[in-house]
Amino acid sequence: MDAARPYLAAFSSRFLLMLQYRAAAIAGFATQCWWGGIKVMIYAAFFAAAPGAAAASPMTLAQVITYTWLAQALLALTPWSADPEVALSVRTGSVAYDRLRPVDTYSLWYVRGAAWMASRAVPRAALMVLGAGLVLPLIGLSDWAWKPPPTLAAAAAFAVSLPLALALSSAFLMIVNIIVAATLTDRGVNVLFNSLIIVFSGNLLPLALYPDWAQTALLMQPFAGMMDIPLRLYVGQLSGTGALAGLGLQVFWTSALILLGRWAMARVMRRLEVQGG
Amino acid sequence: MPQILVEDLAKTYRVAERDPGLLGAVKGLVHRRHRTVQALRDVSFSLEAGELLGFIGPNGAGKSTTIKILSGILKPDAGVVRVNGRVPFTDRIAHVSRIGVVFGQRTQLWWDLPVAEGFDLLADIYRVEPARYRANRDELVALLRLERVLDQPVRQLSLGQRMRAEIAAALLHEPDILFLDEPTIGLDAPSKLAVREVVRRLNRARGVTVLLTTHDMHDIEALAQRVIVIGHGQVLADSPFETLRANVLAERRLVVDFAHEAPDLASMALALPGVEVRRRKGQTLELAFDPARTPTPNLITALAAAHEVVDIHVGEPAIEEVIARFYDLHGAGEA
Repeated sequence: MDAARPYLAAFSSRFLLMLQYRAAAIAGFATQCWWGGIKVMIYAAFFAAAPGAAAASPMTLAQVITYTWLAQALLALTPWSADPEVALSVRTGSVAYDRLRPVDTYSLWYVRGAAWMASRAVPRAALMVLGAGLVLPLIGLSDWAWKPPPTLAAAAAFAVSLPLALALSSAFLMIVNIIVAATLTDRGVNVLFNSLIIVFSGNLLPLALYPDWAQTALLMQPFAGMMDIPLRLYVGQLSGTGALAGLGLQVFWTSALILLGRWAMARVMRRLEVQGG
Repeated sequence: MPQILVEDLAKTYRVAERDPGLLGAVKGLVHRRHRTVQALRDVSFSLEAGELLGFIGPNGAGKSTTIKILSGILKPDAGVVRVNGRVPFTDRIAHVSRIGVVFGQRTQLWWDLPVAEGFDLLADIYRVEPARYRANRDELVALLRLERVLDQPVRQLSLGQRMRAEIAAALLHEPDILFLDEPTIGLDAPSKLAVREVVRRLNRARGVTVLLTTHDMHDIEALAQRVIVIGHGQVLADSPFETLRANVLAERRLVVDFAHEAPDLASMALALPGVEVRRRKGQTLELAFDPARTPTPNLITALAAAHEVVDIHVGEPAIEEVIARFYDLHGAGEA
């Protein structure tokens, strides 16, 4: 318990602080509703326009709609940009203080980053469940609504996969943070990784809807585990051995990125130059 | 073995350079030029437990770099560093749990958290036993007069309040060694006094070893038993404060107001070795002299005998002035 105490404290402190930003959560929710609505209508138009292709689709329209609302709700769980706190501390030289704490710096940044993403996702997801899951059916738009998982197994798989997605996103966030620490700026990496993540996490389009020849590669790449795999598990598109493979991929990429991040961090810290003073 | 041992420490930085203007910026895209800056050349010193050492030198002399190496943040290029027998960079986690550090120009408290919550978080990060933490925190809060700011977010504190909170934050885990890098920079007089008082108390009452860098000579005067002067990455002097003072502060100043226009010293033809005119304006004459060569009473007597004197004031040059001259003497004026 005492070993974990610094990290638990760092996590909960950041998480609770970030939850205070209500205006940001509401603004984020509004944007994500807007985009979610547009996407849902575009998918519906595609499915209606080509009934033959729709019948052959690996996902039904109902699955795609639920997937879309979930993806909008959990957008903040993907490592969109470097942790702003790390970027600031690198720029101002406060990073020196992180190195003065009797804790593992990688783990400290990791839990703080996880808290940052989780705290932004929780209020937005809660609002989205309320809006797309409850309000839409109540006003007679249940065809457009966020539906519960089809089976208990799907719900259980999602419950395991969602924390793994956060672990994987945090591990990737650390790679971004370390690049920021090495280059002293967060602008380049933020632009670079933004578009990669939107496409390859399935946020833009569920990965299952891409051509068949690309399917294996799309599932194997690390960004799938940040969003696409838990969402496919939720809607039941991935089940049985497929579900186990998905969870396995998440574990694999999380471990690989943590190993890579730790190695890179040790190198960067050896040649760290503290700015100013 | 001394508590802190530093031998032949060296550290260089690589700095990217570019020519000024648009052309320079474009050239920099194609070809980066780097210059190596030798921050430390061969710094050696040692410190026993319970000492209070002042570290002075012009900006860029290597003071902060030394502190960053001693606290395990930077890895030196060459040389030996041992603190409590440990190598700070390689044994970082064990090392930093026993030291406290304050960088006057940065903040270690969380900008948006109230001071008290920041303290709680630090206690968790340092795994301080809760009862000890509470006792220690209450003592520091009283000593640094922080009662009124505990509930305020750090961003709302004045600089003086913040610096006092920073010092408390560095001491919550009861470190044996305290590194203070310009802790009084920009502070008003009461805050400076409070900072000096708490540093003195910790050193005397708890035996905390203190290494302090500053540009404020009054900090040094009030606190340091021993002073190291550093310039161009080298130790220029390492002596008790009184010795440094006696060596570089031997000079006295004599300001004399005459009844009539101040006389030219040369025209007086007095035998006064080691006396120089610093300023002569109207009825006032300012002299610099070495009391070992011309005792003060002799000088005054000689002047009063030759001319009618209205007022006399004996003083010492400002300590800043003396230190600046000391840096120049060693070719260590700011690079």
